[in-house]
Amino acid sequence: MDRFRMIFQYFQSSSESVMNGICGLLALASVKMYTSFDFSCPCLPQYNVVYGLGIMFIPPIILFLCGLILNRQSLVMLEEWRRPAGRRKKDLAVIRYMCSSIMQRAMVAPVVWIVVTLLDGKCLICAFSGSVDPEKFMGFGDVSTVQVQQLLAKVPCKDDELTRNNTSRKAVSRYLRCWSQALGWSILLILIIAAFLARWLRPCFNQATLLQARHWSNYIDIEQKIFEETCCEHSRLFAHKCILHFFESMRQEIKLHSFSLPREGEEPEGEEDLLRGITDQDQVNKLLKTWYYEKPPLDVSQAHQRHPLVQERSPLPCADNARPKGPRCSHC
Amino acid sequence: MDKFRMIFQFFQSNQESFMNGICGIMALASTQMYSAFDFNCPCLPHYNLAYGLGILLVPPFILFLLGFVLNNNISMLAEEWRRPQGQRGKDPSVLRYMFCSMAQRAMIAPAVWLSVTLLDGKCITCAFCTSVPVETLGNASHPGLSQGEIQRVLARIPCKEIYNGQQLIANEVAIRYLRCISQALGWCFVLLMTTLAFLVRSLRPCFSQAAFLKSRYWSHYIDIERKLFDETCAEHARSFAKVCIQQFFEGMSTDLVAAHCHLPRKAPADAGEAAEKLLGITDQGTMNMALKSWHRCKPPLNLHPPAFPTGNGWAGEGQPPTHPSAPRRETAAYYSWV
Repeated sequence: MDRFRMIFQYFQSSSESVMNGICGLLALASVKMYTSFDFSCPCLPQYNVVYGLGIMFIPPIILFLCGLILNRQSLVMLEEWRRPAGRRKKDLAVIRYMCSSIMQRAMVAPVVWIVVTLLDGKCLICAFSGSVDPEKFMGFGDVSTVQVQQLLAKVPCKDDELTRNNTSRKAVSRYLRCWSQALGWSILLILIIAAFLARWLRPCFNQATLLQARHWSNYIDIEQKIFEETCCEHSRLFAHKCILHFFESMRQEIKLHSFSLPREGEEPEGEEDLLRGITDQDQVNKLLKTWYYEKPPLDVSQAHQRHPLVQERSPLPCADNARPKGPRCSHC
Repeated sequence: MDKFRMIFQFFQSNQESFMNGICGIMALASTQMYSAFDFNCPCLPHYNLAYGLGILLVPPFILFLLGFVLNNNISMLAEEWRRPQGQRGKDPSVLRYMFCSMAQRAMIAPAVWLSVTLLDGKCITCAFCTSVPVETLGNASHPGLSQGEIQRVLARIPCKEIYNGQQLIANEVAIRYLRCISQALGWCFVLLMTTLAFLVRSLRPCFSQAAFLKSRYWSHYIDIERKLFDETCAEHARSFAKVCIQQFFEGMSTDLVAAHCHLPRKAPADAGEAAEKLLGITDQGTMNMALKSWHRCKPPLNLHPPAFPTGNGWAGEGQPPTHPSAPRRETAAYYSWV
């Protein structure tokens, strides 16, 4: 039991590490998605560009949106942004901090996809094989323009009958892959330097504001979690009281309708009467039927004296407190 | 016992994460199903379309229904929807919330199947191979083939071993073309679904947050109330059975005492627990009679029996007890999960 409580408390206290975990999982998922995706360039003049650039840019958008959806903090931030001010002022610095941390985490998986794509090279080869200058390569000089375009478009497809064992195809392919990998490594280097600088130079600017913003964003997150848990706990207790109350009112009704003499062998006060006065088949049937046809009102204020834990101050929105004047479900 | 209670409470309080877990498992199951499925294109003109579109659209429908079936809350929703109003008003926003959250979770596995199918490309290749634009990709002017024959040749594109239309249109070219279209459709579908999910999730706090909190609270409440009621009824049934059986044995021993004209055997004050548990039945013949009577003539479902049991004992109405002061020994133990 202690272990579960510890795990619960761990998650409550470090929502940031949970977010980091999700972010890492998405990055791994994006690599896995790329390796399991069967890239097949159409090798047709206009389709190549669309396909290549599409594969390079659409999955990152999807991963970015997934990163935003899976991050619980984005909902918390939106709620904080849109709530009425009420009695608690809104601090824009906190909202900005949350927004930037969410965006940073959501950008990791798309960047991983783009970098992996560039380092692998297939996308760029597919997209830009038609834009290569054929003069630079042997084997394309003596063919008409249209045919050159067709040939170039077929460069990404190794197994095509036109390009099998074609050395100029391999040359173009190597050339494009070289560009692609250079671009990939450059982007990676720039991003790592930017991340390094941002992290290193941050304490030089506004450290106090940053600490405050981080504290309050954590607070808002924890407060919301605890509110949800309290609501769950409350609804459990509420349901418990409501059901006990229902059984009690059933017992009263049975006492009213049966003509039995007052019993003398009552239970001593200390022992719980589990049977709650329902002691034969018809009473049980009546109870079950009443439970279905007429659920009790959502109001346990009459149980207040016996069960001081429940303090129901006002009738709840779903409640219909009035006792029915119409026909009750009659005894079968 | 404590550990189970903690787990139970954890799941009760995190009902949504439990449902999310099931939903994730179904998504993985649908990927597994697709990779385990042996796709076999018929390579005949009209059958291709039916087969391809069938594999594309029928399993998602099945997965969607399965998502509803596996969700425990569907019966709760139906019950809440159909119950008579009684003393408690019905809130349509709660019903809408429950239905929406169930439908959203049930849609994930079908969406995964559709994306995986489209990204893989076999279904679309099979379904639309006869619609390949031969004019642009191949030699439409190839002599001697009527429309029907061209259709038949094109229909064999997915089956490389029996394809005989290499002069009409190269097999790899056609397959690459179809697969490109299929993957483009797949990625667009995934993008659309993700955008929709993002919009649904992010627009909600902007508009109806208070109503959402209310609906979520009451839908949890209804679920918990139902579970607690079932538990309370189970407890009650247990106590009922215990007391009923005890009264049966007591009734038996009273009968035997009356029938055999034995002096009532008073258990001595210091007899201890064992003698009490024997409930007055202390020899083989008596026990056999008790067992026979239990089978032939079960006691009435009525814990206020009259002094002499009458007939077969299914109580029609609640009979007023004739001996209100007859001692009622209710020794039901308290097993409560609540």
